[in-house]
Amino acid sequence: MQISGAQMVIEALTLEGVDTVFGYPGGAIMNVYDEIYKQDKFQHILNRHEQAAVHAAEGYAKASGKVGVAMITSGPGFTNAVTGLADAYMDSIPLVVISGQVPMSLIGTDAFQEIDAVGISRSCTKHNYLVTDAKDLPRILKEAFYIASSGRPGPVHVDIPKDVTAQIAEFDYSQPVKLETYKPHTKGNPRQIKKAIEAMADSKRPLFYLGGGIINANAAYEVRELVHKTGIPAVETFMARGVLAHDDEHLIGMLGMHGSYAANMAMSETDLVIALGARFDDRVTGKLSEFAKNAAVIHVDIDPASISKLVNADFPIVGDVKNVVNEMLEISSKIDVSKFESWRETINNFDDLHPLTYHEDSEKLKPQWVIERVGELLGDDANISTDVGQHQMWTAQFYPFSRPRQFISSGGLGTMGFGFPAALGVKAAAPQQTSVNFTGDGSILMNCQELMTAVEKKLPVINIILNNNYLGMVRQWQTLFYDKRHSETDLSVQPDFVKLSEAFGGIGYRVSTKEEFDAALKDAVEKDVVAFIEVIVHRLENVMPMVPSGGSLFNMMLLEKKEK
Amino acid sequence: MTENSERRVISVIVVNEASVLSRITDLFSGRGYNITSLTVAPIPDSKYSRLTIATSGSVRVIEQITKQLHKLIPVLRVYEHADLVEKEMAMVKFPITENLSDINTLCEAYNGKIVNVGENVIIAMVADEPKRVENFLKVIKRYNPKEIVRSGAVALER
Repeated sequence: MQISGAQMVIEALTLEGVDTVFGYPGGAIMNVYDEIYKQDKFQHILNRHEQAAVHAAEGYAKASGKVGVAMITSGPGFTNAVTGLADAYMDSIPLVVISGQVPMSLIGTDAFQEIDAVGISRSCTKHNYLVTDAKDLPRILKEAFYIASSGRPGPVHVDIPKDVTAQIAEFDYSQPVKLETYKPHTKGNPRQIKKAIEAMADSKRPLFYLGGGIINANAAYEVRELVHKTGIPAVETFMARGVLAHDDEHLIGMLGMHGSYAANMAMSETDLVIALGARFDDRVTGKLSEFAKNAAVIHVDIDPASISKLVNADFPIVGDVKNVVNEMLEISSKIDVSKFESWRETINNFDDLHPLTYHEDSEKLKPQWVIERVGELLGDDANISTDVGQHQMWTAQFYPFSRPRQFISSGGLGTMGFGFPAALGVKAAAPQQTSVNFTGDGSILMNCQELMTAVEKKLPVINIILNNNYLGMVRQWQTLFYDKRHSETDLSVQPDFVKLSEAFGGIGYRVSTKEEFDAALKDAVEKDVVAFIEVIVHRLENVMPMVPSGGSLFNMMLLEKKEK
Repeated sequence: MTENSERRVISVIVVNEASVLSRITDLFSGRGYNITSLTVAPIPDSKYSRLTIATSGSVRVIEQITKQLHKLIPVLRVYEHADLVEKEMAMVKFPITENLSDINTLCEAYNGKIVNVGENVIIAMVADEPKRVENFLKVIKRYNPKEIVRSGAVALER
């Protein structure tokens, strides 16, 4: 059929099964928005900033497992969205982001709201397109969805000049995607898999190192089975929280800079690292030359470029982690489960020595208590997002995650302002579940305009602001490594968060005791409207334990033991 | 942990489409890797082009470059050459007042000749291994070259 480029966008999104689009209109994308006005195939959520629109699409994608879609205009619309693209690229989140562009005839003339969008997005997307003819649009959109969701997922950016959205051309979406140069390798080499299983059977102190790729591959339940069948203990990365349930006896905890002592010691003592969908990020490994120094490495990843990038893999397996784990399960009976009992005991002793905990304070609430309390009250029912900083690490440490896709946070890029819009996307994808965003007094101000989106679209996200009147994580580093020179991190001057929420039509609470917090949370869950719960917490609480930047995992700063 | 930084030649087969070259060069510049020389030309009777990139780096760096190149969507194949035949071309402009027979003899020693004669200048070309081309350019300095242009290397695996 002969339709306009703008109509093609609607048709393609519909055929891709998109039910929610996040975005913000503007001059160059108006033809597409005109078609959005006329259709009823999908809902459009108007965020109040393009960055928030992309983060919301990320939250939607992470919670639903589908491709998230955001739509923006040219120039500043696009540049605002770049942070979201970069965030999705770092965390391998499947997105299709469609931007308007000035008409073809004006490209390169410094036209109003013109920017070389594909030039900018090239280094922070998996792939990008500048559409120069409407007849290419069906193919490009189909490729965009395919590329975003296959292999190692990631954001794909499609830049469409305004005249192309007006151009009439043939729309045929039935052609299969033909990309001779892009064929992700999904099936692991069976010989390598067999060798890996043999290595596991021969090892004395093996350790699963579980990464976010497991969640992307929808392989968490297969991995749980493999862990239980082999009896091998496991550590999770920040991105992998929820792969194993918090109460799984094989789960030691999170490793890395703010990982538990036991997890980091296990990684330092292991003789075989079994990395599944993890990428040996610097926040995980600490000093590379000391990382798992005496261990052989099995590395399963869909992205060949991740293997042996930082740590040499003795058993490299390129493939979809779900396929590989399923193949491992078939031959895993070779492994003697009872063999690793003394190793597990060693790890338990590490945990007894320095368990992950915190000290209560009689005067002020501790932020960790708040997170644990939400876990007790909402637990499995809530989807949890966070912003970036101390509250983010405490959430990863103390929230009792029980399922994959329950925890949504900006891991790789560490984007302050991610949490609230992402939580809106999560709520749009999973409206039956409570959506909670843990945030800080610094982060929340970076996308607080989303209160308006939440009120308008009835997305009752509960934002729990752990307020210590500091840009806490930077303050912590200044305290520890800059001789307490708290340069520009004192956030004593603040808005009234309760009034701020109310000004947009949300509700607000300010609490400073356990009883007040319980009451506020209960009330917020019952009321069907976006909420700010500002919790006044201890100002100088640090995230502990901690591996100082560049230090070795086994050299942790530990929580000071409390004098009795 | 001192890893030797050596000269390497990488060939990349890519879909011949807009922006593909910047995708590849961005990958180098974004990681702080330097490209020593770069040649691009379409492969006859196909929709692909071949790039020959001369660069330098340790084994690990080159392995990363190769993998990252391969990760780009329009890249079909990446070869990191170990055993290769490599050629490069250079053209040099000399004043006509220089000793033409000397220049001609030198060019012949480097697979070249005088290819153009004008009123005031002659143009000579040579085609040889990059190292030899470099040598040639050193030798001809005494003939006061007015302009020198090098093509960058092309390579084929033996």
